[in-house]
Amino acid sequence: MTERLLTQSKAIAEAIAQEMERDQDVFVMGEDIGAYGGIFGATEGLLQKFGPERIMDTPISETGFVGAGIGAAMEGMRPIVEIMFADFTGVVTDQLINHMAKIHYMSGGTVKIPMVVMLAMGGGYGDAAQHSQCLYGMFAHIPGIKIVVPSSPYDAKGLMIQAIRDDNPVMYFFHKGTQGLGWMTPNPRATGPVPEVPYTIPFGVADIKREGKDVTIVSLGLMLQRSLDAAEKLAAEGIEAEVIDLRTVVPLDKKTIIQSVQKTHRLLIVDEDYKSFGLSGELSAIVAEEALEYLDTPVKRLAVPDVPIPYSRPMEQFIQPSLETIVANARGLAAA
Amino acid sequence: MALSKEVLLDLYRTMSKIRAVEDRLGVVYYEGKLPAFDIAAGVIPGEMHLYTGQEAVATGVCAHLRKDDWVSGTHRSHGHIIAKGVDLKKMMAEIFGRKTGLCHGYGGHMHLFDPDLHFGCGGIVAAGIPQAVGGALAMKKHNEDRVAVAFLGEGAANAGAFHESMNLAAVWKLPLVAVIEDNLYAISVPKTISTSVESNVKRGVAYGIPAVQVDGQDVIAVYEAAQEAVARARRGEGPSLIEAACYRFRGHFEGDAEGYLSKGEKESWKEKDPIVILGEKMKAKGWLTDAEAESIQVEMTGLVAEAETFARESPFPAPEEALENVFA
Repeated sequence: MTERLLTQSKAIAEAIAQEMERDQDVFVMGEDIGAYGGIFGATEGLLQKFGPERIMDTPISETGFVGAGIGAAMEGMRPIVEIMFADFTGVVTDQLINHMAKIHYMSGGTVKIPMVVMLAMGGGYGDAAQHSQCLYGMFAHIPGIKIVVPSSPYDAKGLMIQAIRDDNPVMYFFHKGTQGLGWMTPNPRATGPVPEVPYTIPFGVADIKREGKDVTIVSLGLMLQRSLDAAEKLAAEGIEAEVIDLRTVVPLDKKTIIQSVQKTHRLLIVDEDYKSFGLSGELSAIVAEEALEYLDTPVKRLAVPDVPIPYSRPMEQFIQPSLETIVANARGLAAA
Repeated sequence: MALSKEVLLDLYRTMSKIRAVEDRLGVVYYEGKLPAFDIAAGVIPGEMHLYTGQEAVATGVCAHLRKDDWVSGTHRSHGHIIAKGVDLKKMMAEIFGRKTGLCHGYGGHMHLFDPDLHFGCGGIVAAGIPQAVGGALAMKKHNEDRVAVAFLGEGAANAGAFHESMNLAAVWKLPLVAVIEDNLYAISVPKTISTSVESNVKRGVAYGIPAVQVDGQDVIAVYEAAQEAVARARRGEGPSLIEAACYRFRGHFEGDAEGYLSKGEKESWKEKDPIVILGEKMKAKGWLTDAEAESIQVEMTGLVAEAETFARESPFPAPEEALENVFA
């Protein structure tokens, strides 16, 4: 049987469509998610299939429609709300961190918020400081939000179905560069086998995308794909990197990371979010607390060096982890 | 419109119940906090925003609501949830931080949730309005004749969340009633220097939403305006806006020195006590005697005392319960 190949954007749209067919309470709201199909393709074809009552184009009012998503979720619906760019959470942070994240807790567990906020994240294509951020680390810091970051079409579908069925608020960050869009830099890893049947991928279970014994690379999203490219180059040099895809930041699969570190004794973290006070620091702290004695050499972090994302190409390429920097740092760790 | 004795008596009783709760909380709150006011000390820690004086608004609106209608409140929501029909014991236990409270001690006075009543409120001004829009959206999607009411202060009417919500409710033609309680001050900042229009009714016009201004100290006026707005929403004819001119008889929160008030201002408003105003009207019709009014007060004070005893005798949550309920 030949495997069916889909881009990540089509895998996400299929996951949403299948859940909408299964559950009448699932619907989608957001800017340009109807006739346009979502600026990054995640809702392509859904308007034609389900009509404007369930695929709702909204005005540019994130506070209004994210708040409305929370209210609809409180009434038992399962809204999927797209915030076009993760950067745009700036205008709706109150609804996300003070309401969506906290209502279940503040209500003593009596009110559930089963909603998905879907966001496009990431840079690397010259969109500069207000359209290129990742920001999952900032939201992972707030208790009460599950954080998903897929890095393959297969994972994207299974994680989206899981997100829709989860009774908690989930922020689902997909990288623009992994969607397989015709107008982004061609990315062979953005297309992959995706079963037609609905399936779920549990949260909090990292995926060892490549096994190795010499160095552990932990990453997610586009950087995970870049780390896999790096692992191929490293293999040609005789260095076997183990590449772990977190898939969800919250909940975080500590166990898989620690077990890998116990095996390789070396850890490289590759993160497209800001370096300080974020995911890479958290992972380092976990390993320091729970597996320090297994490390043969200090943890190494590659992340955006605490600057906004610059526009000009040489500057933007400089601040993102690159194939070259990943290879060089992994090689350095393996030799230590 | 001539309202029946039964309706007026219900309104009178509800307002009296709210007043009894707030009067008692206004005393209990200071237990253990004095002589030097310490917000963290005492039987009820944290801020305390009482509804005293505004009883007519919550009462006149919620009189039209069913148990399955939605209400989103504010930081000053005891009146709203009482008018919606909350179990006073559970409410009081929550305010006392007890395990038997509405939210098992996780919420407190500013964050009261009662899913059976479809009631929620919170401490961020204007944030509940879009959530009520979402509640209304769910009702419309489910083809129900339910209604969502968002209470907000006149200060919240200057927040973006209000304007986005009005636009969404209108463009989606949702069963929403927005009730602005104009008590003249956003904490200390008067409406005159914060709001571009004298009346928020004009802002209703901007969104194509029918809007009326009413005397918020007159529960009959509020009742009649809300009757039309709620009926309109129930018929599927879209959102409405009500602005009720009212006044809080206590500070923004307990401990407010109220240096921003002009001399004699509060005293003159206290002459427009909504409970007294309704009581006099009923007495003029022979529908209420002084003895009956007294007996209602005694009854409500008794209910509050019972709720307070329940709260005080209830256990606190175990400290480590703080680690639960982050996720469902």
